[in-house]
Amino acid sequence: MTTAALPSLIPFRTRRPLPGFSLSLGLGMAWLGVVVLLPLLALAWRAAGLGMDGWLRAIHDPRVQAALKLSFGAALAASLLALVAGAIVAWVLVRYRFPGRRLLDALVDLPFALPTAVAGIALTAIYSSNGWVGRFVEPLGLKIAYTWLGIVIALVFIGLPFAVRTVQPVLEALGHEQEEAAASLGASRFTTLRRVILPELLPALLTGFSLAFARALGEYGSVIFIAGNKPFATEIAPLLITIRLEEYDYNGAIAIAALLLAASFVCLLAINAIPSLFAHERREQGRG
Amino acid sequence: MTPRLRTPLRSALLALALLGPAAQAKDVALLNVSYDPTREFYAEVDQAFAAQWQRDTGETLRVRASHGGSGKQARAVIDGLEADVVTLALAADIDAIATNGKLLPANWQSRLPHNSAPYTSTIVFLVRKGNPKGIKDWADLARPGVGVITPNPKTSGGARWNYLAAWAWASKEYRDGGKVLDFLTRLFKNVPVLDTGARGATTTFAERGIGDVLIAWENEALLTLNQGDTRGKFEIVVPSLSIRAEPPVAWVDKNVARHGTRKQAEAYLRFLYSPEGQRLAAKHYYRPAEPEKVPATELARFPTVTQVTIDQAFGGWKQAQAAHFADGGFFDRIYQPK
Repeated sequence: MTTAALPSLIPFRTRRPLPGFSLSLGLGMAWLGVVVLLPLLALAWRAAGLGMDGWLRAIHDPRVQAALKLSFGAALAASLLALVAGAIVAWVLVRYRFPGRRLLDALVDLPFALPTAVAGIALTAIYSSNGWVGRFVEPLGLKIAYTWLGIVIALVFIGLPFAVRTVQPVLEALGHEQEEAAASLGASRFTTLRRVILPELLPALLTGFSLAFARALGEYGSVIFIAGNKPFATEIAPLLITIRLEEYDYNGAIAIAALLLAASFVCLLAINAIPSLFAHERREQGRG
Repeated sequence: MTPRLRTPLRSALLALALLGPAAQAKDVALLNVSYDPTREFYAEVDQAFAAQWQRDTGETLRVRASHGGSGKQARAVIDGLEADVVTLALAADIDAIATNGKLLPANWQSRLPHNSAPYTSTIVFLVRKGNPKGIKDWADLARPGVGVITPNPKTSGGARWNYLAAWAWASKEYRDGGKVLDFLTRLFKNVPVLDTGARGATTTFAERGIGDVLIAWENEALLTLNQGDTRGKFEIVVPSLSIRAEPPVAWVDKNVARHGTRKQAEAYLRFLYSPEGQRLAAKHYYRPAEPEKVPATELARFPTVTQVTIDQAFGGWKQAQAAHFADGGFFDRIYQPK
């Protein structure tokens, strides 16, 4: 049976579902160029027009500084939180079978699908002083809505799916065997986690973190509802871009945008560098 | 594979080629680029005008509407959104289209009656039922412990009217630049949230229960007062002095020339000044510019307010914009950390 099937199998395997390599590559590059690269190039071009001097002047404005500090700080805090929470959610989804698991799995993607403004309004309704959560924590002196805490919560919300979805497939591929082997060799649960599981997960965790961070840095819709938007206190950098545009100060807007773009780009470059850093382990795992 | 792929593609193209001209045939379309709270008002105006235009000329006309923040809408038109007419929250936004986009002449505001503002509004206070903080005038808004809700003048055209109304009152009250600045600084210290737009601020105040007083356009305040789920929860306080908010309208010369819709665009805007247009404005809580055309019963909902105009108090929008809202202007100084 195998000998009979073999001749027809080879041409079938080499026939790709998409037309030739060069055409696919060309179309792919064209799409990427028009949809992604062109607008970014236009932004970089305009930013270059400011000159180093003009750019530094725009960035050195104390209000811009305050907004950048808040945006980077909140994005960092939120992506770390999203990472821990996301890894736990992924762990539960992969390792346990329980009623409602499929529903939970689908729920994870909801922040991707939801218009971010809707998320912002919902979160504000929950955490403001007469909301479900706000009315209980505010008497204790903990204000969430209209403070930096609210910003972090909104950013965790939109960052969570990145962490879950990058960690989940790696956990699925990991299997129990190595943990069982570690346990049989007398490793404690903590040692197993630290020496066996975490090293395997590290590239995925870093990827999830960088994606969540890059997204949080540029997030606008969900944050402006819960932030309170007070200059020097709860004003995020993307809002300041909008404010500069509202003043028809295109250069001021571009200066901030270019900085955020560069930061996100560094993040994404780091993501692409991570797999090659761990290429050794990957290769072994792939062949195994 | 290729023929299979080609057939649906070809039929799709054929369908497009057939549909395209058919959909456009004989139809005249106008695009009205407006700001947020005019949605319901223009929905009614568009229908009424299309019916009248059909009666008068036999031409089928369809008005398409685009709504959004006033400044955003102006920028969209500058960047190529092909508006036939713009109906925005303040003249500064149409000025920007004239200077940055060169799409209409600088003197656009003198082409239609009443500074091209067919309806006006004014700035009032919305307070919670029974007025628990006893708010009567602008001075009360700077009192410690009073929560004031207003959107950010940097992102909201409507909020610029709020800010200028406060400024106009203060400069009449104190007659001293330093004291005026101090009053506004104290007032904005009382603002716990700067929403990006007027509807957001209304939501913060009415739905979230934040703050004691909402500085609002009268039309938004009346809407909140008379709307189902917020009815009976609030009352309006009229300050001793306010500003006449004039949301202006203009046809966009370059775009109507390209579309051949100049005649329709101008007729559409002039319709706003007709008895029917003025009545609809009043119905949607805007003060008609020519109240004599509207039945007295429709005007009863508007209280008497002492108003200054932006030309009297600030020398027009161009000056107000440069002095107060530009980067480094008075509003930025109010918000500098001490």
